[in-house]
Amino acid sequence: MSEQNPPTALDRSDSRVRHDEGIAGALRAFIDRIRSGDLGMLPVAVGLILISVVFASLNPVFLAPNNLVNLLFDAAAVGCISLGIVCVLILGEIDLSVGSMSGLASALIGVLWANMGLPVLVAIVAAIAAGALMGMVYAMLLNRFGMPSFVSTLSGLLALLGMQLYILGPTGSINLSYNSALVKFGQILIMPHWLSYLLALLPGAVMIVLGLGTMRRRAEANLSSPGLSVLIAKAALLTVALLIAVFYLNRGRGVPYMFGLFVALVVGMNYLLTRTKWGRSMFAVGGNREAARRAGINVGRIRMTAFMFCSSLAALGGVLASARLATSSQQAGTGDVNLNAIAAAVIGGTSLFGGRGSAWSALLGILVIQAISNGLTLLNLSSSLRYMITGAVLAIAVIVDSLARQSRASHGRG
Amino acid sequence: MASIEPSAEPILKLRGVSKQFGAVSALTDIELDIHAGEVVALVGDNGAGKSTLVKVLAGVHQPTAGTIEFMGKPVDLDSPGKALEMGIATVFQDLALCENLDVVANLFLGHELNPLALDEVQMEVRAWTLLRELAARIPSVREPIASLSGGQRQTVAIARSLLLDPKIIMLDEPTAALGVAQTAEVLNLIERVRERGHGVVLISHNMEDVRAVADRIVVLRLGRNNGVFTAETSNAELVAAITGATENAVSRRRARKEEQMEPQA
Ligand SMILES: Nc1ncnc2c1ncn2[C@@H]1O[C@H](COP(=O)(O)OP(=O)(O)OP(=O)(O)O)[C@@H](O)[C@H]1O
Ligand SMILES: [Mg+2]
Repeated sequence: MSEQNPPTALDRSDSRVRHDEGIAGALRAFIDRIRSGDLGMLPVAVGLILISVVFASLNPVFLAPNNLVNLLFDAAAVGCISLGIVCVLILGEIDLSVGSMSGLASALIGVLWANMGLPVLVAIVAAIAAGALMGMVYAMLLNRFGMPSFVSTLSGLLALLGMQLYILGPTGSINLSYNSALVKFGQILIMPHWLSYLLALLPGAVMIVLGLGTMRRRAEANLSSPGLSVLIAKAALLTVALLIAVFYLNRGRGVPYMFGLFVALVVGMNYLLTRTKWGRSMFAVGGNREAARRAGINVGRIRMTAFMFCSSLAALGGVLASARLATSSQQAGTGDVNLNAIAAAVIGGTSLFGGRGSAWSALLGILVIQAISNGLTLLNLSSSLRYMITGAVLAIAVIVDSLARQSRASHGRG
Repeated sequence: MASIEPSAEPILKLRGVSKQFGAVSALTDIELDIHAGEVVALVGDNGAGKSTLVKVLAGVHQPTAGTIEFMGKPVDLDSPGKALEMGIATVFQDLALCENLDVVANLFLGHELNPLALDEVQMEVRAWTLLRELAARIPSVREPIASLSGGQRQTVAIARSLLLDPKIIMLDEPTAALGVAQTAEVLNLIERVRERGHGVVLISHNMEDVRAVADRIVVLRLGRNNGVFTAETSNAELVAAITGATENAVSRRRARKEEQMEPQA
């Protein structure tokens, strides 16, 4: 190259690209993205606000701090399951057996811990291991025999449900002790106020530290950055929002540890998906399997890890559900658990078509689902109506997903 | 040009390679040697089996019969990952890019820097450097591939094949969608790769490009070897080998044109 030390940043040398700088620029880029069908978290944020307004106007109890605390307690279990669903959806696969898997895990807790007297940790590990094993089976069926995942997991749904009923035996339900740590974790353990505030400050602080580091490195490498103002604005907005939320929850019982665990899992999964080679490979396999294979990615292994994550998280969700309800019953994991978990992931913005999604969609999606379910319960509506409404919400989410996909295709955004 | 004398031992040696797709024999008994510091052009009609041969060498398809030797040792190219690891990089005719990922992610796919905490800054810098070498006109490396033009995608695919500093690079119609400047850069690049002592396999329907850079021209016809030529071979002879007859569509067309010219003269 003839030019030495170019005055413009490496990524700013093409005159055709508009360079969005500062907060106004970031806003403009955001609007462009939405217009082209790259909706991300927007629908779910709008949905959450709409739902809150509607339910709060119908029944003011909905927004009472303690009702929201309950909502968070309820959200953790299915949220965990939904996080696993995000993994398989990114690959363009599906796991329809997560409900049954969570039910089986909950039954395992009852049988191994409450009935047989094994240490609770052993029971939890056994339940999660059962999940991992099941995920391995699905991945092997897909890798070896090319069995579509919706068929293999549909048969898994029935098989696992049978297993759950079998190990629970004729009594059908095992009560867990209210004095145990597990049930306390699922029902009453709340973070001390100082911890919840500290955790609310943490994301903003981490964002600033990492952001400054990236900005410095990009400047050293002669690459442009969106600017300090954007970084600070984002971090400030996030911190203020979290502080308000925590303050409000602390006026009630406070932030449940169980919800904290779920958020920690989401953060961990987000790191894996966005910052590691494994995550990149997941999106590549979901976007174009053959291209991923030709790039040297072991597609079979990626599928294996995704299905194992999914079933293990479903099992963990089952453990949390049994802790929440203080029982292992035949009903665990049945009914709308499956649908709620899948709906949450899709509502949160993870595409059913593979190749795009985020761990955050499990968190935001489950809040929407749980808010609907909670609000309808407060209105004393029967579960029949709840099912119909949740079904309709899932349908709407899928329609939004499909429309956004068409729009992305016509705007050249894959 | 001062080309390096090809070494005696080929990097890649194919003997009796065949590939069947059901009833179709895409390749039959192919022999091919690729030496270090040599550009081998692979030419042939549509459907002659060029891409299939490249895919066999890239580990995408497994041959039905025959042996492949790499650096003197028989190898079993049973996955694309293995071929890449050995140093065989390929630009596929259909490019094989992930539309949902951005340019940087596609370039480094499967070979990301720092697997447990991706080094995005370093990858982006490498991406810009590679793309500049190819005179790429890509506005932003953080846009998904889906938003790029055909030629831009082709440039990304070529840049990706260079990333791992391979021993052999196979380009399946790399210049089909490229502009004038970009084509010239790709030809320059092929010469640079040869000077570094690596082998190049170039597939192209453009005889001008082929003659410009190829040391040997290997002709495939209906899935079989149909002669090896050099850049000095006359066009008529090459076309005859490609089409399998001295009397062919190309010669007939030329004869007709000449006839039309004569009355005017
Ligand atoms: N995956 C496949 N399944 C079945 N047949 C195939 C497959 N791939 C290629 N073929 C057949 O093999 C033959 C050779 O195809 P190939 O793609 O190698 O041709 P080519 O020389 O690259 O042609 P072109 O110049 O058009 O790119 C064709 O007859 C084609 O139909
Ligand atoms: Mg071809």
